[in-house]
Amino acid sequence: MTHAPTSSTAPPHPAPPRRTALAEGAERLRHAATTEPGRLRVIGAVLALLVVAFGTVTALQTTHRATAADDVLHRSQPLSSDAADIYRSLADANTMATSGYLAGLQETTATRERYESDIRTAAAKLVTAAANSAPGSPSAATITRLNELLPRYKGLVEAARANNRQGFPVGGAYLRAANDTMQNEMLPAAEDLYQKENQRLSADYADATPYPWAAIALGVVALAALAWAQRRTYLRTNRVLNHGLVAATAATTVVLLWLVIGHSVARAGLNGSYTHGVRSLSVLHDARIASLKARSNENLTLVSRGAETRTLKDGTVMDAYDWAYDQELDRLAKTLAHADRLADDTAGRTPVRVANESMKVWKSRHELARRANDSGDYQKARDRVIGTTAEDESTGECFDNVDTSLASALTHETNEFKQAARAGLAAMTGLPAGSAVLAVLGAAGAVLGIGRRLSEYR
Amino acid sequence: MAAVCALALAFVLLLPRTQPYATGDPAPGGQRTAYATRAKADTCKDSEAHDRSLSPSSADGPTLGAIRSRGYLSVGVDQNSYRWGYRNPNNSTGELEGFDIDLAHRIAKDILGDENKVQFRAIPTNERIPAIRSGRVDMVVRTMTITCDRLRQVAFSAPYFLTGQQVLAPKTSEITGYDASLAGRKVCSGTGTTAYDHLSADKKNGRLPASTDIATTVPNQLDCLVRLQLGEVDAVVTDSALAASQAAQDPAVALKGTSFTREFYGVAMKLGADDLVRRVNRTLEDYRKDGGWKESYDKWLSATLGRESSAATPPTASYR
Repeated sequence: MTHAPTSSTAPPHPAPPRRTALAEGAERLRHAATTEPGRLRVIGAVLALLVVAFGTVTALQTTHRATAADDVLHRSQPLSSDAADIYRSLADANTMATSGYLAGLQETTATRERYESDIRTAAAKLVTAAANSAPGSPSAATITRLNELLPRYKGLVEAARANNRQGFPVGGAYLRAANDTMQNEMLPAAEDLYQKENQRLSADYADATPYPWAAIALGVVALAALAWAQRRTYLRTNRVLNHGLVAATAATTVVLLWLVIGHSVARAGLNGSYTHGVRSLSVLHDARIASLKARSNENLTLVSRGAETRTLKDGTVMDAYDWAYDQELDRLAKTLAHADRLADDTAGRTPVRVANESMKVWKSRHELARRANDSGDYQKARDRVIGTTAEDESTGECFDNVDTSLASALTHETNEFKQAARAGLAAMTGLPAGSAVLAVLGAAGAVLGIGRRLSEYR
Repeated sequence: MAAVCALALAFVLLLPRTQPYATGDPAPGGQRTAYATRAKADTCKDSEAHDRSLSPSSADGPTLGAIRSRGYLSVGVDQNSYRWGYRNPNNSTGELEGFDIDLAHRIAKDILGDENKVQFRAIPTNERIPAIRSGRVDMVVRTMTITCDRLRQVAFSAPYFLTGQQVLAPKTSEITGYDASLAGRKVCSGTGTTAYDHLSADKKNGRLPASTDIATTVPNQLDCLVRLQLGEVDAVVTDSALAASQAAQDPAVALKGTSFTREFYGVAMKLGADDLVRRVNRTLEDYRKDGGWKESYDKWLSATLGRESSAATPPTASYR
C-alpha cells in the first residue's frame, strides 16, 4: 500500500528549522568555554552536580539497604520464625492428640493443655502471617487454606475425644481422620508457608548486603573531579588551598568513608546474623520437626498396631509408622550433628549436645518398646512409650528432653541473630540522611569555592 | 456337592504341580485341569462356601509346632469394630476387647495353654488376606465372611457367626433399605469388603438404581460412620453385625430394611496349614458346647443384636 503524494503545495525551499534548546545550550557552553570565567562556571556546575548526585545515590542506595536490613530484623525473620512456629505448633498438637488418645483415661492435663496452647499459638500466628501477606499472593492463599483447615481439624479431634469418653471406637476413626487431615493437608501447607517466608527472608538479605557500587563509583569520580579542579586552581593561581573546594572534598570524603565503612560493618553484622543465627535456626527448626514427627509416628505405631504396612526394597514388610519413626530419628541425628557444627559458642552448643544425648537414650528405649510390642506385650510397650513414672523409663521423657533442649537452643540462636542484625542495622543508622546533608554542604562548598575564583574576574 | 467342591479346590491348589506332569501326557492331563477349573467355577457357591472346612482334630502338625516354639499366637484383628474387636478407651490397660478377641484368646488358650499368649495385630480390611499369605499373622479373626473367592487364597475354619449385609442410614432419612430408595444417594462401604462386591454387582445387574453413588470406599467400615455423621454420605452398607455396632454408637442412625444376604464369619488361616485349621475347628466345637460362645455373645452382642435373633445361636458346622 502506497500513498500517492497528496499535496503538491509543500514549499520547495523549507525554512531553516528552529534550533532546539539543547543545541542552543551547547552553543552557549562552547562559547562560554572560550573564556576563563565561562570555564569556571562550567566546572563549578559539574562539581556541584557530581557531589549532589553522589549524595543522592548514596542516600537512595543506603535507604534501600537499610529498609531491607530493617525488614530482615523486624519483618521477614520474625515471619519466617512465625511460620516455623505454625508448623511446629500444628505438628505438636497432632502429637499431643495421638498421645492423649493412646493414654485414654490416663490422658494428663499437661497433654491436654499443651494441645490447646498449640492450637492457640497456630491460630494467633496465622493472624500475624495473614496481616503481613500481600492480598492475592500465594502465601495469602496458603494462610486462608490453613485457617479453613484448623477448625475442621479441631472439630475432628473433639469428636474423637467425645466418642472416646463414651467408649465408642468411632472416636479412633475420628482421630485417624484428624491425623490424615493434619499429615496430608495442613502440614504440607504449613511447610509451604515456611518455605515462602524463608524465600522472603533470603530476598531481604540479598537486598540488604550487596555493596552500593553505584554510590561508591560516583563518590570516587566526584573526589577525582574535586582533586583535578583544585590542582587546576593551584596551577593557575599558585594558591594551595581553595576553602570551598577543600570543604567539598572533605564532605565527599566523609560520605564516601562513612558509606564504605558503615556498609561493611552493616554487611558483616547481617552476614553474621545469617551464619550465626538464621542458618542455625533453620537447622534447629528442622531438628525439632524431625523429633516431633518421630514422636508422632512412635505413638501411631501403638495406635494403629500394624494397620498400615510398608514393603521395603528388599521385600521385608514393616509397620509403616515404625518405618517412618526410623526415618525421622535418622534425620534428627543428622540435623543435630549439623547444628552442633554450626553452633559457635558453648551457650549454643550445650543444649544441642543435651538434645543429642536425650536422642540416644530415646533410641535405645524405643528399641526396648519395639521389642516388647513385637513379642506381643502391648501393655509394656505402651508403658515404655507413654509411661509417666520414672520407672517406666518411657520414650516420652526423652522426647520432652529433646524438645526442651531444642527450644532453648532456638532461643539462644534467635538472640544471636537479633544481636548481630541489630548491630548491622545500627551501622547504617543516619547514613541516608547524613549523606544527603553532607552532599548538599559539599556541593555548596564547591559552588562557593568556584564562586570565590570567579569573583577575581570582576 | 461339598465333595465336588472340595475336589475342585484340591485341583486348583495342585495346579502348579500337575502341569509339569501334564506336559508328559498332554491329552489326559490337559483335559483334567480344564475340567477341574470348570468344575470349580460351576460348583462353589458363596451360599455354601462355609460348609467346606476340614474336620476338627487336636493332632499336632508343623504349623502348630512353629507357633508353640515361638511362644505366642499372632492374630490379625480389628480395633475399630465396637463389641467385636476394639480398644475400649475407658479400659485403662488399653487392651483390645470384643467377641472376636474372646475367640482369639480361647484359641490361644487351647493351643498354648495360656489365653494371654497372643499378639494382636490390627489390620485394615483389605490387608486381611495379604497378612495371612505373607505369614505376618497366623490367623485372622476379624468379622471375615467366608466366600468362594477368598477360599482360593486362604483357608477358613468352620463358620462361627451368621450375619448378612444391611443398610444403615440416619433415622430421619427416606432410605428404606437395599432398594430403589438408594437412587441418587451416596453409599459408603469398606475397601475389599463383600459389601462393596454386592454393591458393584447389583448396580450392574439392575438390582440397585444406576444413579446410586458407590464411589466412597474407606479402609475400615467404621470410617463410614464418620462420613455419615459428617454428612459426606447418605448411607452405609456393611454386615448387619457391624451395622448394629455402628448404630450402637450413634442414636441418630438406624438399620434400614432387612439383611439382603446370608453370610458366615470364619477364622482365616494360611492355605495348607491343615493342622491349624483342624485345631481351630476343634476349639470352635468345644466353644459352642461348653457355653463359651453363648457367654461371649451375651456379654458383647446381645445388647445390639438381641437375645432371640437368628445370630444369637452359633451356626452348626458341617465339614467336607
